[in-house]
Amino acid sequence: MEQKKETLLEIHDLSVSFRMYDHGLEQTELEVISDLYLTVYPGEIVAVAGSSGSGKSLLASAILGILPGNAAVHGHLHYKGQELTKERQERLRGTEIALVPQSVAFLDPLMKVGAQADGHRKPFPTDRRKKLFERLGLPDNTERLYPFQLSGGMARRVLVSTALLTDAELVIADEPTPGMSLEQALEALRMFREMADNGKAVILITHDIDLAVEFADRVAVFYAGTTVETALAPDFQKGPDALRHPYSQALWRALPQNGFTPIAGFQPYAGALPAGCLFAPRCPHKTEQCTNAVPPVREIRGGEVRCYYGA
Amino acid sequence: MKGTVGRLTRIFVINSVRILTLLLAVSVITFVLVSASPIDPVRQYIMGLGTAVSPEQRAEIEDYWGVNEPPVERYFGWMSELLKGNLGESALYRRPVADIIRERFLNSLALMLCAWVLSGGIGFTVGCVMGMYRDRLPDKILKKVCYVISSIPTFWLGLVFLLVFAVWLKWFPIGFSGPIGVLRDEVTIWEKLYHLILPAFTLSLMSFANIALHTRQKLADVLNSEYVLFARARGEGGWMILRRHGLRNILLPALTLQFASFAELFGGSVMAENVFSYPGLGSAVSAAGLNADVPLLLGVTLFSALFVAVGNMTANLLYGIIDPQIREVDG
Repeated sequence: MEQKKETLLEIHDLSVSFRMYDHGLEQTELEVISDLYLTVYPGEIVAVAGSSGSGKSLLASAILGILPGNAAVHGHLHYKGQELTKERQERLRGTEIALVPQSVAFLDPLMKVGAQADGHRKPFPTDRRKKLFERLGLPDNTERLYPFQLSGGMARRVLVSTALLTDAELVIADEPTPGMSLEQALEALRMFREMADNGKAVILITHDIDLAVEFADRVAVFYAGTTVETALAPDFQKGPDALRHPYSQALWRALPQNGFTPIAGFQPYAGALPAGCLFAPRCPHKTEQCTNAVPPVREIRGGEVRCYYGA
Repeated sequence: MKGTVGRLTRIFVINSVRILTLLLAVSVITFVLVSASPIDPVRQYIMGLGTAVSPEQRAEIEDYWGVNEPPVERYFGWMSELLKGNLGESALYRRPVADIIRERFLNSLALMLCAWVLSGGIGFTVGCVMGMYRDRLPDKILKKVCYVISSIPTFWLGLVFLLVFAVWLKWFPIGFSGPIGVLRDEVTIWEKLYHLILPAFTLSLMSFANIALHTRQKLADVLNSEYVLFARARGEGGWMILRRHGLRNILLPALTLQFASFAELFGGSVMAENVFSYPGLGSAVSAAGLNADVPLLLGVTLFSALFVAVGNMTANLLYGIIDPQIREVDG
């Protein structure tokens, strides 16, 4: 039923590469994201899970158009049915698309928190911000504090408030929960859920699959810069049989409550990616086909998987 | 704010104690150095008199001055006069040292202040431009200019300026703090300023490159920071980021650098004042050194130590007022 709605964000065949100087003047292209796909509908939370270096934060920067100058982006990147060009990104970021960054380091250390939450657009939303701070349980004097005077939880709520003040339709939350107590993490996720229930869409980039699954509608699993599977959130609660990709299944088994079982090998580094399926070198089911060509995306049981054998 | 006043008072008291001990140390060291040097103040004094002096008279002068007393006693003698405000009389100018320092320092202060504001203003602006355009053409050009300027000795640059702007182009006077042949009291403020421009500009070039390169680096760090990335994610553009986050975050290090440059400035003023025959403290100190004018030399040394120390203390006090991370901790 969700699929019938118009997509808010549609990404496929996305690749991001960095120009690097290898030896002296020899330039190389380092591809860090390849064949990535992600679709986001209004009113849902899509969790993006995967280990460090799987390209989660880079995706956020690519959507917002704030990658460093030596990065090149190719592929299909559409917002509300139209291509997300550089000019559109410039216009939309901070208005329709908002980022909730990871930590207090994303706040200017020498600017008072109230002024930072208000942002640079005039007229400043000071009255709304005061009400929002109150609703978020931030003490009255918070607006006059500097970031270094905030506790971890307060900083998180200030960062979330910046997104709430924008009326953004798409919120990208980049690992919003680490460093927070369980209470605070739940509170933050509840706020995202509320945003989604009000018709906005949230991309929740996270390490914490357990917590994400509680609040998200779907989970996209990233591996080595590509999407290997998009599952419905309940699939992760049901167990490995409900999941479609061997990596998602391995991820599930590696969770503490599911046996803490790691699989052999490492996620390949950008620049040293295998041909064909990126997970093939560690996959228990791999065949010759897997190492020859990248598997296409297939739809299975309401989710999507990039695997020849996923079921 | 009560906390701020209390903290500033504390910084002021601590720094003042430090300055006093520093001056004490400087006085001892300079006294020892001058005592150990081959300078004979009596001979210098007698030469200044311009008349022949018999050995008996010379012995009398030595007696009167206490030349043959033990150094420690001489030091305390000098010190007790110093505390009364008596810096002695210059052998070269035949006037009280305190008067000379006062008069010369006002000239030097005008020069150094102009150079200080110029180098700070130009350095900071150029640094900001380099930082905003880093690794692009304007940055590359300005960076090379900075490297070239900072490797040129001040006195040489001063000579070149003198040659180009004063001798060839005749835009500026070749020296002094007022027109030649005009009484000191009749020199107008505009004439003084006119004579100040070239030496001030020369002096400012000495520290401007340093400040520009530091500002560039600091701004580059700020622009690579996560908070600037977030600002961009919220739709802030380049110059908006410079205004809202850049200036705010590079101002503190720039101020430190600016006040720390007092020492360099004083050293540079000795060169610049000599090249431009500018009657400031810098040219007085080299004249005192060359003519073995011990009272003037000691006086200027102590005074310049005080000047540099006060500059550093000002930086510390400003830090306490400006930096919220210091201000708010016990505020």
